[in-house]
Amino acid sequence: MRKYCVLMAAALVFAGSATGVASAEEGESLPNSGADIRDVQSLQRGARNYMNYCSGCHSLKYLRYNRMAKDLQIPESELATNLMFTTDKPFDPVISSMPPDAETWFGKQPPDLTLIARMRGVDYIYAYLKDYYVDKTRPWGVNNLVLPGTGMPAVLSELQGLQKPVFKNEPDEHGSATMVLAGVEPMSAGALKPEEYDQFVRDIANFLDYAGEPIKAKRQSMGVYVILFLLVFFAFAFLLKKEYWKDVH
Amino acid sequence: MAAVPDSADPSKSSGLLGWIDARFPLSKLWREQVAEYYAPKNFNFWYYFGVLATVILVMQLITGIFLAMNYKPSSAEAFASVEYIMRDVDWGWLIRYMHSTGASAFFIVIYLHMFRALLYGSHRNPRELLWIFGCVIYVLLMAEAFMGYVLPWGNMSFWGAQVITSLFGSLPVIGASLVEWVRGDYVIADPTLNRFFALHVAALPLALVFLVIAHLMALHEVGSNNPDGIEIKKLKDSNGHPLDGIPFHPYYSVKDTMGIAAFLVVFSAVIFFAPTFFGLFLESANFEPANPLQTPPHIAPVWYFTPFYAMLRAVPSFAGTQVWGVLVMGSAIVVLFFLPWLDRSPVKSIRYRGPLYKVALAIFSVSFIILGVCGMKPPAGIFPLLAKICTTLYFAFFLLMPWYSRIDSVKPVPQRVTGHA
Repeated sequence: MRKYCVLMAAALVFAGSATGVASAEEGESLPNSGADIRDVQSLQRGARNYMNYCSGCHSLKYLRYNRMAKDLQIPESELATNLMFTTDKPFDPVISSMPPDAETWFGKQPPDLTLIARMRGVDYIYAYLKDYYVDKTRPWGVNNLVLPGTGMPAVLSELQGLQKPVFKNEPDEHGSATMVLAGVEPMSAGALKPEEYDQFVRDIANFLDYAGEPIKAKRQSMGVYVILFLLVFFAFAFLLKKEYWKDVH
Repeated sequence: MAAVPDSADPSKSSGLLGWIDARFPLSKLWREQVAEYYAPKNFNFWYYFGVLATVILVMQLITGIFLAMNYKPSSAEAFASVEYIMRDVDWGWLIRYMHSTGASAFFIVIYLHMFRALLYGSHRNPRELLWIFGCVIYVLLMAEAFMGYVLPWGNMSFWGAQVITSLFGSLPVIGASLVEWVRGDYVIADPTLNRFFALHVAALPLALVFLVIAHLMALHEVGSNNPDGIEIKKLKDSNGHPLDGIPFHPYYSVKDTMGIAAFLVVFSAVIFFAPTFFGLFLESANFEPANPLQTPPHIAPVWYFTPFYAMLRAVPSFAGTQVWGVLVMGSAIVVLFFLPWLDRSPVKSIRYRGPLYKVALAIFSVSFIILGVCGMKPPAGIFPLLAKICTTLYFAFFLLMPWYSRIDSVKPVPQRVTGHA
């Protein structure tokens, strides 16, 4: 009996480590954004940032304004004056004002971002918004470390300032030195200090995490009580079993 | 004339129950299948997974009904309707996570349930038909899970369905028209989604429920096996009850309640804290709507299919056709049906078998897990070679079994079961 338990535990550990490797590869070692979905103030700032800088082009077609206001503890009066810039009603979802021919401007229609955090993760959004750099070969004069060849202009550059690419020499497979993109460094100052900008995009990433799954924070806090209840239930079931099995010899 | 009081015959019921029993064998069923179904008293940890599979089946049926009330089986609306369930339907997120986590939990439990049979010889005479019903359930479950995975109409749903249905295309002569017949279109499209929905919510669950009933009927006919692999019916007391048996109710009903509680703790931990389970239960590429023009960077089926997917890819094309991989993958399932006749050991339980079977089972289990990992990975680096080796080992376990199970040494099997939890 013990032997088989050990056997199964070994199999589980093996499977666990295998999946650990699998998920680590998917993550591509992006820096931790530090976003916290339980931080309501961060989510409120993220909503403000998103509505002011992103929602003109990127819809959140599965997120209703009033659901957002309720979850983020924003009064509806504030919502209408500060966060809704279109003629939508509070129960409408967040739809951008991009016309259908935006594809001819950017190469593709600016994507809906409701589920971007579920597809790519918050760390991706955080890194993406921080890693723009000047690249004269691109249509908008900028490129991105995380998403090379991105179609989006550096809309936050007035806040972040411009960044330039840093190259380093590395031997290629034939041994001859090649310029490899290694990172970015500041070129000009923006309206925000670097740590202010980090917080600015962290809040956006956090808000998009919320938009991807509005129930997320509540689900986690609810889970604690569900599991506590089930543990108590298990304890009683265990005692009941022990009581009944006393007479099995 | 006064009727004989019912209490004169203890097996006779009275009142409302008596009225029913005169017309329907309710008390009889309860007695025969539950209260006086004698199960071996030495069931261990491995014997929880049958009841857990039943619990999950019921949960999938109930959550499935509520999902179907809000889901739209059309290629234009399916994806949005799933987000509608996640956001606007009261408790819709919980219902959906229970259903999506339930699918993976179902396979975990079924794999452990099948492994239990390999440990204790539960597929052996007289339980061959019980095992075969179980294999049919497993095949139907795979079809059910595959079609359910297509319904959210994410990009991985679409491309997964594209890859799996195109497997039929490798069959000679009829392949191309068969694919078209399965899809109802030249590509995965609205008609495919409609028919998969119909099969997923009506045909397959119905067949599954019937087969589970048949599985239980066969079990209760021959009686449960146990970790010692001996027949408890051989030794009976003066009442005709097996000496090593105890009534299912209340002994195993309370014990299983405890097991179900433990399962629900783990299950809830996944639902509430990791419903995507790090991209294994719900893949991140599936949060993007189906897009026939954009292939996901890496197409892989959900984890429970990956061992078979790895086998499919492990076989190279030969004579200008890929059909060999499909045949190998199909044979990997078909060979399970023959297990009762491949095993020639004079004993059932691993407790009394020799080292050959123990080593074979260990190699087989590890190979199956490695195949699962290979199926998740892009076919590069060491993985194609690993998949080839493990595919060979998978089949060797079954095909060499008539030989190694016969020559393996055995220990004497006791008359009575040993120990109980």
